Amino acid sequence: MKLSTVFGAAVAAFVAAPAFAGTLEVVKAKGFIQCGVSQGLPGFSNPDDQGNWSGLDVDVCRSLSAAVFGDPDMVKYTPLSAKERFTALSSGEIDVLPRNTTMTMTRDTQLGLVFPGVINYYDGQGLMVPSSLGVTSALELDGAAICTNTGTTTELNITDYFRSNNMNFELVAFEKADEVVAAYDAGRCDVYTTDRSGLAAQRLKLTDPEAHTVLPEIISKEPLGPVVRRGDDEWAAIVRWAHIAMINAEELGVTSANAADMRNSDNPSIKRLLGSEGAFGEGLGLSNDWAFNIISMVGNYGESYEKHVGPDTPLKLARGVNALWSDGGLQYGAPIR
Amino acid sequence: MAQSDIADQTSGSGSSAEKGSILYDPKVRGLFFQIVLLAALIAWVLWVRRNTLDNLEAQGQAMGFDFLAGTSGFQILTTLGTWVFDYQVGSSTYWDVFLIGIVNTFAVAFLGIIVATVLGFVMGVFRLSSNFILRGFATVYVEIFRNIPLLLWLFILYFAVLRNLPDKRDKVAIWGESVGLNITGLYAPFPITYEGFWMSAVAVLVAVVLWIILGAVMKKRQEVTGQQFPTFWVGLGMLVAIPTIVFYSTGAPLEWEYPVFTEEGPVLRRGYQAGIGMVIVPEMIAVWAALTLYTAAFIAEIVRAGILAVPHGQSEAAGALGLRPQPTLNLVVIPQALRVIIPPLTSQYLNLTKNSSLAVAIAYPELVSVFAGTALNQVGRALEMVFMMMMVYLFFSIATALFMNWFNSRMRLVER
Ligand SMILES: N[C@@H](CCC(=O)N[C@@H](CS)C(=O)NCC(=O)O)C(=O)O
Repeated sequence: MKLSTVFGAAVAAFVAAPAFAGTLEVVKAKGFIQCGVSQGLPGFSNPDDQGNWSGLDVDVCRSLSAAVFGDPDMVKYTPLSAKERFTALSSGEIDVLPRNTTMTMTRDTQLGLVFPGVINYYDGQGLMVPSSLGVTSALELDGAAICTNTGTTTELNITDYFRSNNMNFELVAFEKADEVVAAYDAGRCDVYTTDRSGLAAQRLKLTDPEAHTVLPEIISKEPLGPVVRRGDDEWAAIVRWAHIAMINAEELGVTSANAADMRNSDNPSIKRLLGSEGAFGEGLGLSNDWAFNIISMVGNYGESYEKHVGPDTPLKLARGVNALWSDGGLQYGAPIR
Repeated sequence: MAQSDIADQTSGSGSSAEKGSILYDPKVRGLFFQIVLLAALIAWVLWVRRNTLDNLEAQGQAMGFDFLAGTSGFQILTTLGTWVFDYQVGSSTYWDVFLIGIVNTFAVAFLGIIVATVLGFVMGVFRLSSNFILRGFATVYVEIFRNIPLLLWLFILYFAVLRNLPDKRDKVAIWGESVGLNITGLYAPFPITYEGFWMSAVAVLVAVVLWIILGAVMKKRQEVTGQQFPTFWVGLGMLVAIPTIVFYSTGAPLEWEYPVFTEEGPVLRRGYQAGIGMVIVPEMIAVWAALTLYTAAFIAEIVRAGILAVPHGQSEAAGALGLRPQPTLNLVVIPQALRVIIPPLTSQYLNLTKNSSLAVAIAYPELVSVFAGTALNQVGRALEMVFMMMMVYLFFSIATALFMNWFNSRMRLVER
């Protein structure tokens, strides 16, 4: 009996642990980026009736695809519930997770994941109520029934808020966002709570969106940004700089329409951004027109914002804290040099 | 048998020398391979464990069960579990959350099993009824519930419940002021017990024991003298009378807290007042209903098959002996049918328990929802938590299986 052969085979079968470093090589080899998104949140990641995804979060995937492949559409999307998302990333099912996900310390340090540090939407948790309740402030909500999603930051925030204001409440937490909306719509809860951007998006699914009010209180900080696996600095850098390139482009006035002409600009910052000077793409393991591709194919941050969530979209979200730092907002791109 | 006897002889006798070493002894060989298999299994488990730990460490994931002592900072929907463990945000721990999940899973599984069994037996008997309407009704019931996935039933029933109930500021009175229903749940009086109530509880136990003893004694008597005794009615009488007498002679140490319904004041405050009386949330009702109705359809088919498995000659023979139809069913058909019914019934019970994990979809805080969902999201110890959860389901399943095996052996055909 050759026991060693049998055992050796068993060992070989299980040693093949997934190699997590080198996402860029993996992505290049398979020819597309597997991108984890929501199960349908208008403005952030939402499929149309042909199954084409669009939104502010989807533009993160598309910008990465443009930077790596010179084509924004080499992306496959994996819709994930809030609960599933981190496991999907750490198990290697997806390459990057831009899914209205709040950067928190636990998530950044305990899950084997890391936030490259860029925030594509600064948000905060809000509360929505039927206007017929006649409530104008969250402080009047003692005794309310509140609907929300499990697996999110919202459960903890709302509990903290009610506790610190000495109020009682009943929390009804569903696994999927669609059931939260349906239950709130049916009147199970007095309040629907989630990220304010989420409220703006989800209210569009209610029978009568106009019959609901978002209360003025913002009860938490929800910086939403993409997540990658820990230990792959190269890939994290690409995710980080793809966002920064879009911010810098807006700051420098480079848009999808004028990017080609701007390549001949005299401004050295623009030249470096668009790859006509220096070799910044190489440092990322990409070609030097990486940022040019992002901007000409996806647009700068402002364009993406206005297109998907801005005042002219159904979400009607003003730029607010997501304006450029030079306009008094928080979006600040580190220099490309 | 015969072979090993020969082997024993050959290896035992001196003539075995010509056969060579003990290597060819089937017993030794059998033992050897069993030891090898066991060793390989242990090595494999250890190795998988090592590998997992290494990988987790390489990924920078935290490990261990220390998180269980941490306080859980989130609210949980009011259910049996939160009440049993008096869940308080800020002082309760993740271990409490785990226990609450177990209680809620158990509650809905237990209630589901009981009602599904009763309903399943009724529907199974209806399916064999000679009455066209009953038979047709049971057939439609079974086909509808068996052929639509349980998850869909959960959604259908939950949203049907929500859509049809009066809203939070309104109610339907079921029993005057004391029992009422609206979208936030079913409200009923809550019993508050005082000192000495335990004596009434003990009285119930005493009555049950007396009933069992009475049953055994009277059965003996019937075997000897042929005299029958209405054990059931006398037993029931004792069960009512003894606790009642004890209850009132200890000064009726129980009070009912009635739910309070307000119709004035700010809109938000109207409706049933939280924390007063007893409430069963619609999530629980929907999960219970879906699990029950779905599983009962399968049980009905098992019952039908069981009854059909008893040869018709059995009831004819009973008839020929002069037994009327009712005793024929109770004494001849059902005992024999049960032997066919119980084993597949056990697996339906196990299915029901495991299926309760689908309840996460409609916000009922059972184990998967509250522990592997909310709590897991806060602490991120996926491996540890999933392991704990698996152990709970394993325990539930083994306990159910053991009980049903015991019941099955009691129901076996006893030949005299
Ligand atoms: N930002 C929060 C909440 C994210 C979240 O899951 N929000 C819900 C409600 S807006 C959502 O994305 N729903 C859409 C979906 O599940 O597809 C977090 O990271 O935990």
